[in-house]
Amino acid sequence: MTRELLTGNGAAAWGARLANVDYVPAFPITPQTEIIETLAAWCDSGEMPGRLVTLESEHSMITAAGAAAATGVRVFTATSSQGLLYGMEMVYAVAGWRAPFVMVNVSRGLGTPTTLESDHTDVLAARDSGFLQIHCASCQEVLDTVLMAYRLAEDPRIRLPVIVNLDGFYLSFTREPVSLPEPDAVGQFLRPYDPQRTRFRASAPTSQGVAVLGGSPYSYFRYEAHLAALRAVEVYGEVAAELERVFGRRHDAIEAYRCDDAEIMFVMVGSFSTKAKAAVDGLRRAGRPVGLARIRLLRPFPVEELRRVVSGTRGLAVIDQNLSMGKGGVLHSEVASALYGEPDAPAILMSFIGGLGGRDISPEELYEIASETRKAVEDGKAPPPRLLYTQDELREIRKLQTIAEVERHELEEPDR
Amino acid sequence: MSETAFKRMKDLPSTHLLGAGTPMCAGCGALSALHEIYDVLGPRSVFVNAAGCMTLLSVYPFTPFQGSWLYTSMASAPAGAQGVRDALDILLEQGRMPPEEDLDVVVLTGDGAAYGMGLSSTSSAIERGLDFLYICYDNEGYGNTGHQTSAATPHAAKTSTSTGPGGHPGYKKDLFSIWAAHQPAYVATVIGSEPVDLARKIEKAKSLEGPRLILALAPCPTGWEFEPRDAIEIGHLAVKTGVWPLKEYVDGRVVHTVAPEPRIPVEQYLEKQGRFAHLFEPERNDALLGELQARVDTYWASA
Repeated sequence: MTRELLTGNGAAAWGARLANVDYVPAFPITPQTEIIETLAAWCDSGEMPGRLVTLESEHSMITAAGAAAATGVRVFTATSSQGLLYGMEMVYAVAGWRAPFVMVNVSRGLGTPTTLESDHTDVLAARDSGFLQIHCASCQEVLDTVLMAYRLAEDPRIRLPVIVNLDGFYLSFTREPVSLPEPDAVGQFLRPYDPQRTRFRASAPTSQGVAVLGGSPYSYFRYEAHLAALRAVEVYGEVAAELERVFGRRHDAIEAYRCDDAEIMFVMVGSFSTKAKAAVDGLRRAGRPVGLARIRLLRPFPVEELRRVVSGTRGLAVIDQNLSMGKGGVLHSEVASALYGEPDAPAILMSFIGGLGGRDISPEELYEIASETRKAVEDGKAPPPRLLYTQDELREIRKLQTIAEVERHELEEPDR
Repeated sequence: MSETAFKRMKDLPSTHLLGAGTPMCAGCGALSALHEIYDVLGPRSVFVNAAGCMTLLSVYPFTPFQGSWLYTSMASAPAGAQGVRDALDILLEQGRMPPEEDLDVVVLTGDGAAYGMGLSSTSSAIERGLDFLYICYDNEGYGNTGHQTSAATPHAAKTSTSTGPGGHPGYKKDLFSIWAAHQPAYVATVIGSEPVDLARKIEKAKSLEGPRLILALAPCPTGWEFEPRDAIEIGHLAVKTGVWPLKEYVDGRVVHTVAPEPRIPVEQYLEKQGRFAHLFEPERNDALLGELQARVDTYWASA
């Protein structure tokens, strides 16, 4: 085992290389491009035996990924943001083919307005597609999770593609020390892909992705995929235990950080949770029993595990780095539906929206969230959802708007 | 064309590989062309399908194909073919699949996809040199949804979205030339009513490697408004009037494989179809008929 300084993108590429992927259909998009450039260089130099093909769009890329997986090879691909949405028709379609492969998404906010920086609104658009979805918070986790994702995707009890998500910029371009497992150890954890009957061969004709007539067969096959996704909760536990046995690292479906006696808990997804961990440490030093529940496995949603982790807590502060227009934070809704009516569920469920388009979440804000949640617990009433946004930011926006206004007047009345 | 097993009708395969009982319309020109193509191509193939009429060939749990099938989407069937071909190549190269398990990868698409939504993925697959056969059944409209105007709809035809007195104001896109401009291994036009010409072209396409594209005019009784029994006659007229030139592009040259001589007037083709009835009734539209004839004459003058 060697340790290297890798970006999140580099770790994703190493995950694919160590998984011995056969085929990488690719298309560039910021902030994902480093992944395919790295894999392309390895394929060109012969360090990696796989084949990389650049398609002309993400729609075609995901089609080719699903089609190659349906032919019986191990497939890796990666995208981000607008690219994921451009391919979204095929995200839903290939999940129904039940052809397993792994796609890394490097999260980036969606237009409009256009941005390159991170939030989770892109990947959550794939939430209901049939892809399993795992969110990472460190570069090591990215590498390990790509390997875990193949185990889940290819498991005969599941047979669904998997999205592994990492945050653009914050994780994609941050270098961290990463343990690179030896290929032999990876071989113990991840066996070569056995496509079983999901393949095209002259001696065994098969039809895949066919139409159905009427709602009855449609309902049957859709619900069957749902049940397969649900089974992934249990299989995830097995795979996490196996990873720990082989590599000595454990990544639970929900990372419970200092949760045992916590009265208040942050609930979040992705790399900003590392800042929440620091805030938990600070709050603990000040005598506040605060913890962090960081959800890694978003699909299937680990309902039982969440109930267990938060049981005994009095207030949850859900911090969503996404926005469902007209509703609010997606994770907040997910958590609420998992806990509603549970006798041990915390009485207070707070919703905060933060980190949209890469906007930072500061330690002071995390302390403020904890304090607001504590106050709500004491009052017995949760205030309305809040956007993390400071007075200073608002003042800066007002300045930009003033410039825009002045320039518009200049254009409309140049002789004024 | 030289070296062909198909010199006359009796040379055509007598066993038919594509099953009967599909939900296609009676007299479907796309299905008859597909029957003839499949008989020559054989069942060691995987059909990668784009959304269109033919998507309904394989409805769970039935298929008329003896070989394999993958439905993709309207826009990306060529990318699906890329994924299947690449995966088969990887398995062959690494000795993980014996050569006798290999398959011909075939895209099956309508004109709605081929001329429009799927043109980007088609162009890109040709540019990458993908080794595949591409079949477009061209019924000159979005047939599966009730025959709306597509980029393949001919000038003056009425469709369910071109209902004005002059029919469709635009002109049929020259997809053959667009494909040929990519310099692929092979491009050909065919029609089911000329089965010997069709069989020779599929035979030739099968003998080549790289992108091979077949554009099949598909007379459509429901969309073009004619009786199913007239489907073959309509096809003959499309060729004899010169409206549908039978040709191929190979080695950088375009060659006409059937030269209708003398060409019969275009209006004999038009008057058999309800979609052109407004050119004849309530009164003859001589100006428009003249324009349509002139366009065909101009084509053949330079052919």
